[in-house]
Amino acid sequence: MLSIPAYIIVALVLFCIGTIGVLITRNIIILFMSIELMLNAANLVLIAFSRALNLMDGHAFVFLVLTVAAAEAAVGLAMVITLYRNRETINIDRFNILKW
Amino acid sequence: MSEYLFLVPLLPFIGFLINGLLLGRLPRPVVSFIACASVGLSFVIALLLFFDLKAMPADMRLIEQTLFTWIPAGSFHANIAYMLDPLSAVMILVVSGVGFVIHIYSVGYMHHDPCFGRYFTYMNLFTFAMLTLVLADNFLLMFVGWEGVGLCSYLLIGFWYEKKSAADAGKKAFIVNRIGDFGFLIGMFIIFWQIGSLDFQTVMAEAPHVFIAGGGLITAVCLLLFMGATGKSAQIPLFVWLPDAMEGPTPVSALIHAATMVTAGVYMIVRTNVLYMMAPDAMLVVAIIGVATAFFAATIGLAQNDIKRVLAYSTVSQLGYMFLACGVGAFTAGIFHLMTHAFFKALLFLGAGSVIHGMSNEQDMRYMGGLKKYMPITFWTMLIATLAISGIPGFSGFFSKDEILWKSFSSQFGHPVFWVLGVITAGLTAFYMFRLINMTFFGKGRMDDKTRKHLHEAPRSMTVPLIVLAVLSVVGGYVGLPHVFFGATNYFEHWMAPVLSGGQAASHALASGGGDTGTELGLMAASVLLVLIAIYFAYLLYNKSPERATSLREKLSGMHKMIVNKYYVDEIYGATIVRPLVYFSLFLWKVVDVVVIDGFINGLAGAYSDVSGYLRTSQTGRVRSYATVFVVGVVIVTAYFLFG
Repeated sequence: MLSIPAYIIVALVLFCIGTIGVLITRNIIILFMSIELMLNAANLVLIAFSRALNLMDGHAFVFLVLTVAAAEAAVGLAMVITLYRNRETINIDRFNILKW
Repeated sequence: MSEYLFLVPLLPFIGFLINGLLLGRLPRPVVSFIACASVGLSFVIALLLFFDLKAMPADMRLIEQTLFTWIPAGSFHANIAYMLDPLSAVMILVVSGVGFVIHIYSVGYMHHDPCFGRYFTYMNLFTFAMLTLVLADNFLLMFVGWEGVGLCSYLLIGFWYEKKSAADAGKKAFIVNRIGDFGFLIGMFIIFWQIGSLDFQTVMAEAPHVFIAGGGLITAVCLLLFMGATGKSAQIPLFVWLPDAMEGPTPVSALIHAATMVTAGVYMIVRTNVLYMMAPDAMLVVAIIGVATAFFAATIGLAQNDIKRVLAYSTVSQLGYMFLACGVGAFTAGIFHLMTHAFFKALLFLGAGSVIHGMSNEQDMRYMGGLKKYMPITFWTMLIATLAISGIPGFSGFFSKDEILWKSFSSQFGHPVFWVLGVITAGLTAFYMFRLINMTFFGKGRMDDKTRKHLHEAPRSMTVPLIVLAVLSVVGGYVGLPHVFFGATNYFEHWMAPVLSGGQAASHALASGGGDTGTELGLMAASVLLVLIAIYFAYLLYNKSPERATSLREKLSGMHKMIVNKYYVDEIYGATIVRPLVYFSLFLWKVVDVVVIDGFINGLAGAYSDVSGYLRTSQTGRVRSYATVFVVGVVIVTAYFLFG
């Protein structure tokens, strides 16, 4: 069995990839995927600790996060389709009318 | 009967309510009936109350009626309470009586006016306020009446408010009166501070124990109250509003600016005679101001061409006589002259109104002349009033004016200088009044043909009041015959005596009076002689040979110019008081308000707006930049918790 630090390092790497993805991508789909990556990095840490400490709390949280992520993906993708219908683009930088 | 005292002021108030609330909904005959009947009924009740009072023993003549407590505040109580004593009895008879006659006259005079109802509404309100003023049993209620008449005066002077001069005159009257009212209020405060009550009887009873006779405080109180009187009664230095007040309808001038309201100051001084008797210095000031105003206004009256302005200056001058009387301690003489003046001056104004009515609203006497044959009733009644005001023996003005002159000579507060100035003023009065009569009724007509064709005697509703007042102008004086006339009884003095009992010692000294009968008759003869000479000169200059008047005017052109311009008093006030005030207000407006206050507020708002202008550029609307800030924030917070 791998030690806790190994899981944390993997999760950290995944989270940083996800964060960088959110910050640099212009494509909304990829942005969503990056967010999923960050959520799953968090899930990985939860599961690792849950196993190590022999507590089921971490599992419960992970299921909650997965449910929320699924719901978010459904709503988010629906919004992306609507945005595309209206503006014929999914470049996030084009949706900037909410400003001063 | 005494329980109906409150009806005297209340009836005109009801008339005011009916006419005011149903303004424009009542036909004219109903409006005039309500207005006249309410004042007439009030006169009838006043008359009945007068006889009630007369039936009582002399030193118990007092009817009081407290309606309710108006302001109960700690130790301070102000009641709505009326008090009828010999003094207020005379006043309510004059106010409601002359007021009633003038109401009747107004029905004819205002016949053509589109605002008929509004006029009578104001007139009734005025009568109510004036009756409240003279019946009030405390200073505060009197002040309510005092301000009420001031308000009505303002409304009625500016009755034809479409005319700018009328609106301005109304404002002028109101503002000038404010200055006097300020003094009145301060005087009232001092009385309350020292005595703890504003009730007339309490104040008069307590004053000798509280104030030191001749002390600074009582003198200050009297002078402050007198300041109020100079405002309301148009004395130097606050007389400037009264001549301008002639912009109002003529019956208003007769009622408010001749017979009743302007005499409120005299009434107030007589009402508080106990206080004045304790302050000889204040009395001297009152007498000096009175005689100075009498003389000064009479000289201005010499050269006015507007018929109503002559009468206005004459009123100021006659009010000066009344103050002279009060100042020398002859309060009875002051009130006596107030009464006779109410008769003959109201008559003169109503006569002038009749002339103006007949002359198609022309007021300049230079365009009149020869009206005697067109309007005989107006002529004869006005002549009677003129004889009365000039002090021709047998007419009411003679008795009252002569009593004042005699008292100003013989009283312990009097001085021969007062008498000399008073007699000269009497001569001037006779001159300008006969100038008016000669210019208006004699000689040949100087009006244009259109006006001449229209000339007519006034309708019955106007001539009957003239005749009534003419009768009063003659017989009014016989209630106060001087003792020297075959030991006649001066009923008026006896009637007024209880009111003046507070200053008893002094009034006894007056009654016995210094000087002997021979001196009194001699001085009387001198004044009558001077008056007759003045009348002859007026006849000579304005009837027989008008060219002499012209040459005289040219010879004295410097003086004439000064008098025509009323000694530039309005201009002096304008330069020394009004204009600096205007500049100060401009400074407050343009500098303090616009620059300082607005500058601070707008500057603050501007600063916020500028700062937020810079800050809002950070709201780019780009999701990625928001996310970057968000991540940086999270990193900083996390770092803080981990390493901080």
